[in-house]
Amino acid sequence: MTDIDEMLAAGNGLLDRRFFLRAGVAGGAALMTASASAVERKEWMKAPGEGMSGSGAPSSHESHIVRAPIGSSPGTTGTGASRTPLQFLDGIITPSRLHFERHHAGIPDIDPAEHRLVIHGLVERPLSFSLDALARYPMVSRIQFLECSGNSGASMAPEPVQGTCGALHGLVSASEWGGVPLSVLLEEAGVKPEGKWLVADGADAAMMSRSVPLDKIMDDAIVALYQNGERLRPSNGYPMRLFLPGWEGNMSVKWLRTIKVIDQPAMTKDETSKYSDLQKDGVTKLFSFPMGVKSVITSPSPGLSMTVPGVYQISGIAWTGAGKIKRVEVSTDGGNSWAEASLDEHVMSKCLTRFRSAWRWDGSPSVILSRATDESGSVQPTRDRVLSERSSAAFYHYNGIQAWRVADSGEVTNVYA
Amino acid sequence: MSTRKLCTIVCFSLLSGSLLAQESPGLGEDVTAEELAAVDYAILPNGDGLPAGSGTAAEGAMVYQQYCFACHGEKGKGGANDALSGGHGSLTSARPQKTVGSFWPYATTVFDYVRRAMPHQSPGILSNDELYAVTAYILFVNDIIGEDQEINANTLPAVKMPNRDNFVWDYSEGE
Repeated sequence: MTDIDEMLAAGNGLLDRRFFLRAGVAGGAALMTASASAVERKEWMKAPGEGMSGSGAPSSHESHIVRAPIGSSPGTTGTGASRTPLQFLDGIITPSRLHFERHHAGIPDIDPAEHRLVIHGLVERPLSFSLDALARYPMVSRIQFLECSGNSGASMAPEPVQGTCGALHGLVSASEWGGVPLSVLLEEAGVKPEGKWLVADGADAAMMSRSVPLDKIMDDAIVALYQNGERLRPSNGYPMRLFLPGWEGNMSVKWLRTIKVIDQPAMTKDETSKYSDLQKDGVTKLFSFPMGVKSVITSPSPGLSMTVPGVYQISGIAWTGAGKIKRVEVSTDGGNSWAEASLDEHVMSKCLTRFRSAWRWDGSPSVILSRATDESGSVQPTRDRVLSERSSAAFYHYNGIQAWRVADSGEVTNVYA
Repeated sequence: MSTRKLCTIVCFSLLSGSLLAQESPGLGEDVTAEELAAVDYAILPNGDGLPAGSGTAAEGAMVYQQYCFACHGEKGKGGANDALSGGHGSLTSARPQKTVGSFWPYATTVFDYVRRAMPHQSPGILSNDELYAVTAYILFVNDIIGEDQEINANTLPAVKMPNRDNFVWDYSEGE
């Protein structure tokens, strides 16, 4: 028996999560490749390279790492979505340029000097805040995910839709969001006792609006001004957006313009007719706010084919609107047996968590899956379980287990398992 | 570390924590009634926020033809974009069709959304009378109101949408 056999953790070659931490394990060498030309002085080593610049950009060799696909409603260019290419990313932070987009009437070009946030309705003193004023408030920053509740909706299709991990699940991203706790601004305005909800409006051409219960606002909502250390990108709400950690993305209203405190939800178009879930019995659930516990393997995944048999890292992301990810399990035998994946050091509340497993692929057709459990005890459901109560037309809030099939050729495709 | 020193640190931390939570630079500026009126678009299901004005489906047909037909099709069907009518009774079928008439719970939402976001390429150009009229038209082509029924701030919230009673909340206040 070799060392590597002692590290088998589940069926079909899935290895113990500590595999990569052990040096000198037989088979690990398959991961390493040596460049025969390493001693040669390449062109870029024969003269000084480019100078400094005011703003950086990715390597020209990475120009294919873009949001895709980009889709807009017929006759429009900014009423739709673009998706984070999850399969090309590692770690938990989404580069701002690759953060997914979901707009309802394009990206407004807002002059911050003319933009105001007005807080009104059931308050003692309606107040107006300029960007400069907000920037003087004590701020908080947290690294957290944002997920459109339409993410992964393609998994409701009767047959598996073929696409990359980003195309299927890329309406989730994570950033460091910095801004002013909205509770501080509401306390300044003085919420009246009958105020229970607020309705937030954006300054886009659709004046996108959502109702939010005040309990959430007082808990952890912020008016975000910063994303990953810089001011928000226009596509993420410049100069200010609502950010509601862990809740469906549509509620984190971008280009935030007004907040009206009200005694009941406004029943806007998006919260009633769009981001609601029709059940098989004809009843529709409104206000499913926290995003469910979920995970997906980003590598290997469609478009990232395996090559020769050997030891591979299985890597992916897990997240939950309920708080922290507690555990991620991986299976490489279609769900017959599971082994716990290792979690990267940063396991934060309402944030993406990176998980990793080691797999000795023997070259035979295999189905790989991941299953997340959060600190509330919720376990990511199977696709069948998600579908059991839902209408076939319901595609929001999908958090079922994703299965990828690895063919003997190494090609990876989307399957239902 | 002495107990007293530890206590001092803990007490200071608690104090600074509570100060941070309550401290506000107080930089919000007062808003005039005119400024508020200009930015307040909220409309509630009970009709709060609906402006003055009125219209009928008969009047709204012309508004619809000019501004909506190209994307939403004849009488709210068959266009490239969202269907606004039809689909009644389809929600429990194998092919549910979620339209304004078959699915939307509140008639006020139609006015609210059209006022905010439509026509898509030039939102904000319709007068309140035109907004009421085109709202009436969308309700009329769904057989929810009559062609000559006047829709205004009083009558619109009283319109009961066919699917109104089939919604439940997945959120409890105070959760």
